[in-house]
Amino acid sequence: MYKIAIIGERDSVLGFMALGFSVHEAPDAESAAKTLHTLVKSGEYAVIFLTENYAMQLEEELSRYKDLPLPAVVSIPGQGGSTGYGMNNIRSAVERAVGADILFKE
Amino acid sequence: MAELRVNPTRMEMKRIQTRYQTARKGHKLLKDKRDELMKQFLDVVREDKQLRERVEKALAEVYGGFTVASAVSSPKMLEEALICPKKECELKVDYKNVMSVTVPVFQLRVLSEGGSDSYNYGMAFTSGELDSSLRALSGITEDLLRMAELEKTAQLLAEEIERTRRRVNALEYILMPQYLATIKSIKMKLDENERGNTTRLMKVKDMMLQAQMTQKHDDEEEE
Repeated sequence: MYKIAIIGERDSVLGFMALGFSVHEAPDAESAAKTLHTLVKSGEYAVIFLTENYAMQLEEELSRYKDLPLPAVVSIPGQGGSTGYGMNNIRSAVERAVGADILFKE
Repeated sequence: MAELRVNPTRMEMKRIQTRYQTARKGHKLLKDKRDELMKQFLDVVREDKQLRERVEKALAEVYGGFTVASAVSSPKMLEEALICPKKECELKVDYKNVMSVTVPVFQLRVLSEGGSDSYNYGMAFTSGELDSSLRALSGITEDLLRMAELEKTAQLLAEEIERTRRRVNALEYILMPQYLATIKSIKMKLDENERGNTTRLMKVKDMMLQAQMTQKHDDEEEE
C-alpha cells in the first residue's frame, strides 16, 4: 500500500490534511526539494503533489523522476492560482513524443 | 553514404544481405510500434488535458473558499480543525502494460471513521466556507489521482516514443543505406574482378595464339 503526499506552502496544502494526504509544508523551494527527496527515497509514496511555484523552480530535480514508473510527481496550482505550468508540462511531453506541439496550437 | 569496411567477398556480401533483411523487418516492426504508441499517447494526453483543466478550475474554487475561511476564523483555529484527519488515504498501485511500457494504475482506498462525508472538526468554531471547500476538495480527489496517473503515463509513453522514433530513424537513414551501399560496392568490385579475369583470359589466349603462329611460321621457314 502506498500513500499520497503533498508538498507546498502552508496556505495551499492545509486543506489536503482533511483528505488524509500526508501534508508537508515547505516555506521555500529548497526545503521543498529536500522533502521531495526524502519522500521519494522512503518509497512509501506513489503520488507526490507539488505546488506549481515550487515545481517550476525544481524542474531539474523533477526530471530525475520523470522516467521512473513511481512515484508520480504531479504539479498542481497553489494558492496563487494556476500559472499554466501544469499545462506546459503536458505540452512539453507532446513535443517530446511527436516532435511538434499538435494539441495546443491556436 | 559511407559504406562499411569489409572484404569484398561473396561471403561477406551474403552476410550483409542477411543483416539488411533483418534490419528491414525490424524497421517495419518498430514503425508499427511507434504508430500504435503515438495513438495511445494522444488518447492519454487529450484526457489529461481535459482533466487538468477541470481540476485546476475546481482547485481555484477550493482555495477561494479556504481564503474566506481563514479570513473569518483565526489561523490557529483553522489548523486545529484540520490537523487530525478522520480519513486516511491509501493507494493501491497496479501496473499496466501499454506496448511494453509499464505504467502505474492507481486505486484509491479511503479509510474513514464514520461516514465518508464526515468532517473532522466540530461545527461550532469553523465557518461554512470551510465545509463547502472541503467537500469540493474531497470531490476532486479521484480526479487528482486519475490526473497523476495520466500524467505519469504520458511521460513514460513520451520517453518510449522518443526512443522508438530514434531507432526507426537510425535504421531508416543510417543502417539500411549503409548496408545497401556496402552490398552495391562489393557487387561492383566482384564484377570488376570478373571482367578483369575475362580480359586476362582473352589476352592469354591471344598471346598463346600468337606464339603458336610464330612457331608455325618458323617451322615453315626451316623447311
